Amino acid sequence: MWKWLHSYADPQRAYNLSGTLLPWFATLAIAFIGVGSVWGLLFAPVDYQQGDSYRIIFIHVPAASMSMSAYMAMATSAFIGLVWQIKSADWAAAAIAPIGAVVTFIALITGAAWGKPMWGTWWVWDARLTSELVLLFLYLGVISLYASFEDKVLAARAAGILAIVGVINIPIIKYSVEWWNSLHQPATIKITEKSSMAPEMLYPLLINIFGFGLMIGAITLVRFRAEILARNGMRPWVRELAKAEGVK
Amino acid sequence: MNARRKKRLALATALIGGVAAIASLLLYALNSNLNLFYTPTEIVQGKKDTGVKPKVGQRIRVGGMVTVGSMIRDPNSLHVEFAVHDSLGGEVIVTYDDLLPDLFREGQGIVAQGVLIENGKLEATEVLAKHDENYMPPEVAEAMGQTHEKLEYGSEQKASY
Repeated sequence: MWKWLHSYADPQRAYNLSGTLLPWFATLAIAFIGVGSVWGLLFAPVDYQQGDSYRIIFIHVPAASMSMSAYMAMATSAFIGLVWQIKSADWAAAAIAPIGAVVTFIALITGAAWGKPMWGTWWVWDARLTSELVLLFLYLGVISLYASFEDKVLAARAAGILAIVGVINIPIIKYSVEWWNSLHQPATIKITEKSSMAPEMLYPLLINIFGFGLMIGAITLVRFRAEILARNGMRPWVRELAKAEGVK
Repeated sequence: MNARRKKRLALATALIGGVAAIASLLLYALNSNLNLFYTPTEIVQGKKDTGVKPKVGQRIRVGGMVTVGSMIRDPNSLHVEFAVHDSLGGEVIVTYDDLLPDLFREGQGIVAQGVLIENGKLEATEVLAKHDENYMPPEVAEAMGQTHEKLEYGSEQKASY
């Protein structure tokens, strides 16, 4: 049933497939983030309590939710790489890690900038903020573990184990605002019931969340291709590719 | 799936399961210590699971709703006094001597950090406003009967800074 998928474990096919997908992801990401941001920042109505300050939500929430999704994608890749020993999966995990770290950082910074005018403080050690900070450190740990071994098979194994262990943090982030009392408010966007946000604010937010996902996908594809080339420099197909590009 | 993959799959799954078990036990043991603040009921009656009450002189945070109509403001300084309650009926008096955050209103959720000077009275050094997860345009809020009046500082207070 999954046999067709196995052929994409081959580095050359993975490289070509991600080259084909890249323009789609990039174009859609620009379109979605463009529409979502302009709609959200310029046309969505002001909030009854927070006025215009709430508009940072259109960056903060997409970054925060995608920081968790990117982690799940990275951990899934690492899991596949670990169990099935598929190197392409390891490379994909290594490609996602720095992107996830940057998105987590954006979520923390925009959150702090939002917290100052609304709550009255940049930072508070409540469960949601602390667990999101732990997520940043997990990303940094995965990045540095992967970077600190000369042997990339070993590096991917070490980083992969850390990535898989860190998955436990994801439900903690998600439910931190429900399990414990915190300064951070509970989730606005709900899947099972009606979201507690007016639709004319909710649509641009959802568009931006989707756009951030596509953007992370696009940057991952770029980094994944670079990782494949770096790990396969001695292969004939890479040499041919380099020759065709005119690289000495 | 060959034998080696099966073994690795079992190992990786056991790893996830083990870590999940450890983390849940740890969080269960820490449980109420991970709360950012005491609710007013917990200050008055003690925590639900352990019955521990914060002692007078202890530095704590209290979180709850500002009771409507409880706000007493000193006309000549920034000193304010208000009550904070929760849905279980506990109520704590908070005194504060500094500027309140923009979102502070009666009926608003807040988190105040300070020293418990006597049972049920907190001298706050920091008051943070909590906002809820609801976002809506002002017209909708008005239609739903949500008040959103901001606090006004009197002329004496404005002149002082």
